[in-house]
Amino acid sequence: MTVNGDEAVAYAVKQSLVDVVAAYPITPQTIIVEKFSEFVADGEVKTEFVPVESEHSAMSACVGAAAAGARAFTATSSQGLALMVEILYIASALRLPIVMAVVNRALSAPINIHNDHSDAYLMRDSGWIQLFAENVQEAYDTTIQAFKIAEDERVLLPVAVNLDGFFLSHTLENIYMLPDEVVHEFLGGYRKVSKVKVDYFDEEVPLALNPARPLSFGNLDLYDYYFEHKVQQVEAMKSVPEVVREVNEEWFKLTGRRYGDGILDPFEVEDADVVLVGMGSGVGTMRSVVRRLRKEGLKVGLVKLRMFRPFPFKEVVEVLKNAKVVAVMEKGVSPGSYGPLFLEVNTALYDLKSRPALVNYVYGLGGRDLVPDLVEGMIRGLFKELEKGVFEPKLRYLGVRE
Amino acid sequence: MVVKTLPEFPVKKGEPAYKLWLFEPGQKVEMPLVFNLRQLAETRRPALLPGHRLCAGCAAPIVVKLASFAFRGPTIVVTATGCLEVSTTIFPYTSWAVPWIHNAFENAAATASGIAAAVEAMKKTGRLPYEHVDVVVFAGDGGTFDIGFQALSGAAERGHDFLYILYDNEAYMNTGIQRSGGTPKYAWTTTSPVGSVLPGKMENKKPIAEIMVAHRIPYVATATPAHWMDFMKKVRKGIEVKGPAFIHALSSCDRGWRHDTALTLEVTRRAVDTCYFPLWEWTPETGYVLTDRSLAIARNPKLKQPIEKYLELQGRFRHLLKPENKHLVKELQELVDAAWEELLRKASNAPR
Repeated sequence: MTVNGDEAVAYAVKQSLVDVVAAYPITPQTIIVEKFSEFVADGEVKTEFVPVESEHSAMSACVGAAAAGARAFTATSSQGLALMVEILYIASALRLPIVMAVVNRALSAPINIHNDHSDAYLMRDSGWIQLFAENVQEAYDTTIQAFKIAEDERVLLPVAVNLDGFFLSHTLENIYMLPDEVVHEFLGGYRKVSKVKVDYFDEEVPLALNPARPLSFGNLDLYDYYFEHKVQQVEAMKSVPEVVREVNEEWFKLTGRRYGDGILDPFEVEDADVVLVGMGSGVGTMRSVVRRLRKEGLKVGLVKLRMFRPFPFKEVVEVLKNAKVVAVMEKGVSPGSYGPLFLEVNTALYDLKSRPALVNYVYGLGGRDLVPDLVEGMIRGLFKELEKGVFEPKLRYLGVRE
Repeated sequence: MVVKTLPEFPVKKGEPAYKLWLFEPGQKVEMPLVFNLRQLAETRRPALLPGHRLCAGCAAPIVVKLASFAFRGPTIVVTATGCLEVSTTIFPYTSWAVPWIHNAFENAAATASGIAAAVEAMKKTGRLPYEHVDVVVFAGDGGTFDIGFQALSGAAERGHDFLYILYDNEAYMNTGIQRSGGTPKYAWTTTSPVGSVLPGKMENKKPIAEIMVAHRIPYVATATPAHWMDFMKKVRKGIEVKGPAFIHALSSCDRGWRHDTALTLEVTRRAVDTCYFPLWEWTPETGYVLTDRSLAIARNPKLKQPIEKYLELQGRFRHLLKPENKHLVKELQELVDAAWEELLRKASNAPR
């Protein structure tokens, strides 16, 4: 089927037996909700569509719906995500398996509707699982997988599915979709609420707002419990890689498609001296350049990172330990520091006895194209620097006018 | 203490008073309203259990308990951030005998929208084990007049089925008595202090119930815990209508209003007696209808008390009773009279 990235997400949500979709329009996310409204208008879904008055309320409604035991979804971008931030922390701390499509877009000011990853970085400490899609097919696949990951009893955390604004959201691609029944079976039907042991009750009770076994959600936690609860939330992240891997494999059995081990996807890294690390749609461009330069005999490789939170430190070390130079390709900045992805990779590699040199390339801010020639020049430059052994400055901009 | 139970009450006979409210799936529950005090005491348990840490003399728990006496069956309660929330759910304890959620300060109505949508979705897909699950919000004036207004207005416009009960203590009491959009004119608060130049808050109180009427939702009412029978009837009406309902309950705060803890209900009673806070309800079909004491005052204007009767009980208005501030009291009296006259013109059951 030929769809753009937003439509692919809308179809995935339609097939995922979602109970409540709450959303507020923001470019480039709008097509998801428009398409989904058509499904609602045509009676193709039984979902309750809540066209809220702000993103803050979209996430708040998702929290209410998910706490009541429903499967909830929302989508947003940029400023919308920024407005949601307060409730993102609440959603993850209440352990609610909400799924959200984040159609990545630059943050204001200056106002810009095009793609970079500043919005995704804004929510990196909010306790959400963050997955990045490289193409429209992956956006579709990841959205369905996200529900399974979020609702897994070992996880119970919300998942953000990131897809690059316009590059994916508005770009048509031929994709394979599963029949509805297959998706239903993959997800095990409607959401099943996990059970929990509570002191008051003799039995395990549903972890939901349930009139048969009432529980209180969102209590006041003072210094005597807040710390422990926060640590529990952090610990829950530990089981995420395992679950993501399992879901990736299960998806492979079902569709013949998989994305590396679900966490990262290395390409030609075994003997590579220069390795690029990136996320999102830019990885496609990088891969084509790496493929071309490999034919020339340049020892260059690429690691596509699919999961940014929790950050796969061990896996990153495993694929990068033999590289001589690692170029972290970043679609975001942190004024006054290096890019967020660079800091993570840097941290991951610190414990190695012999570390690769690290450089941080910031590219594509506000939707600027990453053209293959630019990547090629960058890689050739890195090989030259490798001969000299000096890599300065560490933070570089790719494709910015002087 | 063992509470005797009537058959319709969803608890087995002989269970202790602090048991949670359990509604077994598939069970038919439709609790009738009870106005006989003895029956009420013997058969009804509030949804807010003993042991909460609200101040002595706070009206909020009275508002919640009275409201819960009027719940009709399975109910989910949402609370905005505020006194009520922080004092009833200090982990690992909770005072709520019904399923309860607190999300944030400004989004109680949006959270309720999500819950109402979830209930609707589960009903549509045949997964709701009850005939109905009611959603009731309790939020203070800050979470309603001010920061929470956008979410409330949005939820009202979208028509979700929930009852929003505003317990209005007329300031940000949880953070230490700062003025809110619900604080009345000339009241003292810590951010509208009485100084040598300013006599307290200089702005009028936002007419929140009338703003909700302007949303044309199915049911809007005002109430006080002192007029408990009136309040319970209104809560039940608000729950039973399909769509959003809003109740503005005046809820005195002895700490912030500076009155004796024993005067909680007397203060709200005088608010009605002086027509400072008239009791009415509004539906699209009936328009404004006066209820309870306010209807009595409309029929017999001699019952109407001067505003001083309301002001004199409260330290936050103490400065107004000084001789040099007579003109301010006069101004307040004129404001109250004008609003009351307007209400009499609008109310369909006011004597002409």
